[in-house]
Amino acid sequence: MPVPLHYYLILSAVLFTIGVIGVGTRRNAIVVYMSIELMLNAVNLTFIAFSRFHGDMGGHIFSFMVMAVAAAEAAVGLAIIIAIFRNRETVDVDEINLLKG
Amino acid sequence: MQLLIFYIFGFGAVFAAVSMVVARKPVVSALFLILNMLCLAALYAQLDAHLIAVLQILVYAGAIMVLVLFVIMLLNLREKSGAISRHKIAMQFIGIVLMGGLMINMVALINSDKIAAVGKMTEEFGTVAGVGKVLFTSYLLPFEVASVMLLAAIIGAVILTKRKI
Repeated sequence: MPVPLHYYLILSAVLFTIGVIGVGTRRNAIVVYMSIELMLNAVNLTFIAFSRFHGDMGGHIFSFMVMAVAAAEAAVGLAIIIAIFRNRETVDVDEINLLKG
Repeated sequence: MQLLIFYIFGFGAVFAAVSMVVARKPVVSALFLILNMLCLAALYAQLDAHLIAVLQILVYAGAIMVLVLFVIMLLNLREKSGAISRHKIAMQFIGIVLMGGLMINMVALINSDKIAAVGKMTEEFGTVAGVGKVLFTSYLLPFEVASVMLLAAIIGAVILTKRKI
């Protein structure tokens, strides 16, 4: 029997929530970045599930664009992390608080 | 049968995601995220999204995560004691409970009726030819803008790592 639509949506919501918890909880900047990637993957699953449900290819195209944005974000975000590490010798997000008021 | 595949890969994805967030070493987190992406690629294949499933493995697990692993090994981070940040544990607990409440509300909103995840679809749904037909006709502008964005990302990544601009 085919899988109901809301099973995929529930799975995507669970993965998104785990990603948000990872962003808010972890101290290592690279693990924070990987939690952001997890959130993007969860959203991709929602797009593909709805695209299959409606028979519309726009979900695939948008998922394609999300992957392109994630690739660009990987390059720039990791370059920023490397630049921060080069200056401060740490990627601990608790210790990078120069802008703290 | 489809339900069994969904359950196997769905629980695999959730297990990998939780393990990624909880793991102490960043390399272990990266490897669990790769496992999560592979489970999601299997779910995309079940949803007839052939091109996106292969691209997920090639681009996400094969290029982006390899880049992240390169950075983790390049930085050679020392292990600090504990992975939870120094802020108050109570605030984090409240945050996690609120996130759980948000998730439950999301689930309640979408659990309306048991509609199957199948719709009418053309013969080329999800294949490379199908995606190409739509990408280069209806969605040509996002495609071109994505190429400009990638150029900006390349220039940004090169500039950010120079010692003297």
